Amino acid sequence: MPVEVRLPTVLRQYADGATAVGAEGTTVGEVLTDLSARYPGIAEQLAVGASTDIPRFVNVYLNDEDIRYLDRLETKVGEADVISIMPAVSGGR
Amino acid sequence: MASVEEHLATLQLTRSQVDAMCAHAIAGRPNEACGLLAGEAGRVETVYALTNVDASPASYLVDSHEQFETFREVEAQGLEIVGCFHSHVGSEAYPSHTDVSRAFYPEWVYAIVSLRGEEPVLRAFRIRDGDVTEVRVDVVD
Repeated sequence: MPVEVRLPTVLRQYADGATAVGAEGTTVGEVLTDLSARYPGIAEQLAVGASTDIPRFVNVYLNDEDIRYLDRLETKVGEADVISIMPAVSGGR
Repeated sequence: MASVEEHLATLQLTRSQVDAMCAHAIAGRPNEACGLLAGEAGRVETVYALTNVDASPASYLVDSHEQFETFREVEAQGLEIVGCFHSHVGSEAYPSHTDVSRAFYPEWVYAIVSLRGEEPVLRAFRIRDGDVTEVRVDVVD
């Protein structure tokens, strides 16, 4: 069963405008890798696969929890879970 | 009814909302302060003063939990995030190279409160594909 992945506006253009898509996997990392395989534009933006960790300025949530406070990309997911990707709000002088 | 382009070119806030952003910026010194702006069509309904987890005078990163909760609350109200704001404690109210490189929300207005002078200065911008365009700040009472 695919897991629902909610996409931020900036990534929707790479998924035919979809606000959410399905991707397969038993961990957040696997789901993001599958997502990247389905949507190469998203892969380029997230650089998942090239890295073994969460991109620095991207927040990934499992339901309402930031996966940095769970088991990061190893966090287990089930079919009822929802993964949300949100670019961080960040900058500096 | 204003056109979409007019909405994009203006950020409308109340005086008390501007005061709240400036107060958050001042309270955050010597570090940068940050937050989100919720509303619709370029008009701000709510200012969310959030935590800069970088706790730095040179950078900001909105707390990820607060970001998620704010997004969810704003969506539940039928509003949208129209932008964000942060302070520059010692530089002008203009996006830095870092601000531009980390502007991941092309539909947002990026407001900056400069604390460099005696009085806070608020300016606002769109940042798209590395291009910075100033947005008019329309303060209504």
